[in-house]
Amino acid sequence: MGELYNKDEVEKIRKHIDKWESDVVPQWLKRVPERSNNFTTLSGIPIKRVYTPADLNNFDYEEKLGLPGEYPFTRGIHATMYRARLWTMRMFSGYGGPEETNRRLKFLIEHGETGLSLAFDYPTLVGVDPDDPMAEGEVGIVGVSVPTVVDMEVVFNGIDMGSVTTNMTINPPAPVLLSFYVAVAEKQGVPYNKIGGTTQNDPLKEFIAQKSYVFPPEPAVKVAMDLIEWSVKNLPLWNPISISGYHIREAGATAVQELAFTLADGIEYVRQLKARGLDVDEFAPRLSFFFDAHINFFEETAKFRAARRMWAKIMRDWFGAKKPRSWWLRFHTQTAGVSLTAQQPWNNIVRTAIEALAAVLGGTQSLHTNSFDEPFRVPSEFAAKIALRTQQIIAYETGVADTIDPLAGSYYVEWLTDQIEEEAWKYIDRIERMGGMLEAVKKGFPQREVADAAYRFQKDVEDGRRFIVGVNIFVENEVEDIRKVPLLEFDQKGIEERQRKRIAQVRSSRDQQRWSRALDELRKAAERGDNIMPYVLQAVKAYATLGEIMNTLKEVYGTYVEPPIY
Amino acid sequence: MSSPQYIEERPFKVIVAKIGLDGHDRGAKVIARALKDAGFEVVYTGIRQTPEQVARAAVEEDADVIGISILSGAHIHHIQRLMEKLKEMGADDIPVVVGGTIPVIDVDKLKELGVKDVFLPGESLRRITDVIRTLAEERRRKVRLL
Repeated sequence: MGELYNKDEVEKIRKHIDKWESDVVPQWLKRVPERSNNFTTLSGIPIKRVYTPADLNNFDYEEKLGLPGEYPFTRGIHATMYRARLWTMRMFSGYGGPEETNRRLKFLIEHGETGLSLAFDYPTLVGVDPDDPMAEGEVGIVGVSVPTVVDMEVVFNGIDMGSVTTNMTINPPAPVLLSFYVAVAEKQGVPYNKIGGTTQNDPLKEFIAQKSYVFPPEPAVKVAMDLIEWSVKNLPLWNPISISGYHIREAGATAVQELAFTLADGIEYVRQLKARGLDVDEFAPRLSFFFDAHINFFEETAKFRAARRMWAKIMRDWFGAKKPRSWWLRFHTQTAGVSLTAQQPWNNIVRTAIEALAAVLGGTQSLHTNSFDEPFRVPSEFAAKIALRTQQIIAYETGVADTIDPLAGSYYVEWLTDQIEEEAWKYIDRIERMGGMLEAVKKGFPQREVADAAYRFQKDVEDGRRFIVGVNIFVENEVEDIRKVPLLEFDQKGIEERQRKRIAQVRSSRDQQRWSRALDELRKAAERGDNIMPYVLQAVKAYATLGEIMNTLKEVYGTYVEPPIY
Repeated sequence: MSSPQYIEERPFKVIVAKIGLDGHDRGAKVIARALKDAGFEVVYTGIRQTPEQVARAAVEEDADVIGISILSGAHIHHIQRLMEKLKEMGADDIPVVVGGTIPVIDVDKLKELGVKDVFLPGESLRRITDVIRTLAEERRRKVRLL
């Protein structure tokens, strides 16, 4: 009940539209035909010529929107949103060794960034030490190399871990990196209840998209749940998981798939944690999310609004969570890396600004803005600063943060929010019928859906059904201009060498007995099926390296080899 | 159409591989599928391959072309190793193409290493399949002449 538009009024509008479509529009079309006879969002949702109250049939304001800070949180999770506190400007950064990254973090803090976010290099992401043959040539390229607690100490040299929050984009080795972080914070004198930040620690999307998996799906989920359980009990401010749609989207998914698969991942984790005997209201407030902000402006804002409404319903109605905080979908956003082009790279600044605006209008809690040079390499200081400034311009100049959820009530945005929600529920239903996301992943279902969507998109670009400026429209021959983009330069070989030396030093100077006992106890705990977190932390404090800890766990859990799905 | 029959007596075979630790397989999979749709036989190795594994796969599969996708920035290092391995195995007649997030300044370096073509972000599927087809034809001609 309580429909926003009364039936008679809507009927009048409907009749008006019919008349307009039959009498007015054809005359205009005769003069100038429309640019397409099939307008769709980036996700393929058909878009009508115009939206009116007639598209919001039975729209119950209180049920669908409510007010900020109230169920179902469509309008935002906080009652004051950005009027009280702006989103956290959290730039994903890291390259080279800990020294280089420490300098970059300080540079960003100095320029007004309000939260930290560490990007690790590939060896760290997959739990391999810098002196492992698999790491050759990869140390420090896409992020910082952090194979020991000593490296983490250097990353945070001169940064007070009690007053910043740090996101760590790390998955299978998340227990190790969190232990490094906790050990260094402890050394800085920061008590556990002041350690704040996030570990991504989302194993299911690794199999769907990000592909930095190590263990097979079941033990991978087990390890992630260990971290969550331990963190909920020991680190009250830590977000032990960031349930991530970002990578799923970047791998080619539509907005609907991104939303549906992410929530389905979340549902699986809630079930897993409940099965451990945890009370839903104990852990739910610590769950956080991470989404992509792509270039189709309204679709993205609608997606964020739908996400909040759906998660609130899932937590309250499916899982019986009692605390309103358990119903919140708190999320980080990153602008779409895949929307950046190597052609006319300066245009990426504009793309990122538009995407960031969609995230802010969607009520994000924190935001990373990509740098224009990222189609080529990890960003330079110059490029990263422009990306940060983009957020600051949105926050301090545009006025969009001065009222909450300003797109609410737009006939199009509300219709699109409903549409995305409806389509996402259909996917969630299918996944539920497969037995949940863990089973769906083992069957390759989301993997295949994403690969299909990626191929469809590429064909659309190829056949001119989708335009990308500089790629298939307004193309320039500009190889010489691209050469002039000032890319970040650093001595990768030298850094790789330095990282190898440091790890060798750590290995030779530690108490060998304490070290081997710690790894042995970790192995036994993993074999028993105990929560591994306390044992990982103990091993880290005995100066066990990332690779040593991961190899110990691999011996127990095995490793995953992916079936080729394309 | 005017190719001698031996060239197309069986479909051209392409190894699509990802070398190194990076998991960005969207591009590799899209290319693998586009090649399949264009009539190629495709062997997709999956992620985290070593140069040695790829070279061995190419030899065992009697591939006409090797396509490598790298988005980790470690392309120079890995391609150098791959070329060495192919030479060691006597398979350096198999043409290699590379795609990924590769700065323009590295294109020449990759070509110096013996890479036949480099596909940068935004490259069209049509050009990629055309280049691979031409390279495959050339190789079959050469193999036949030997």
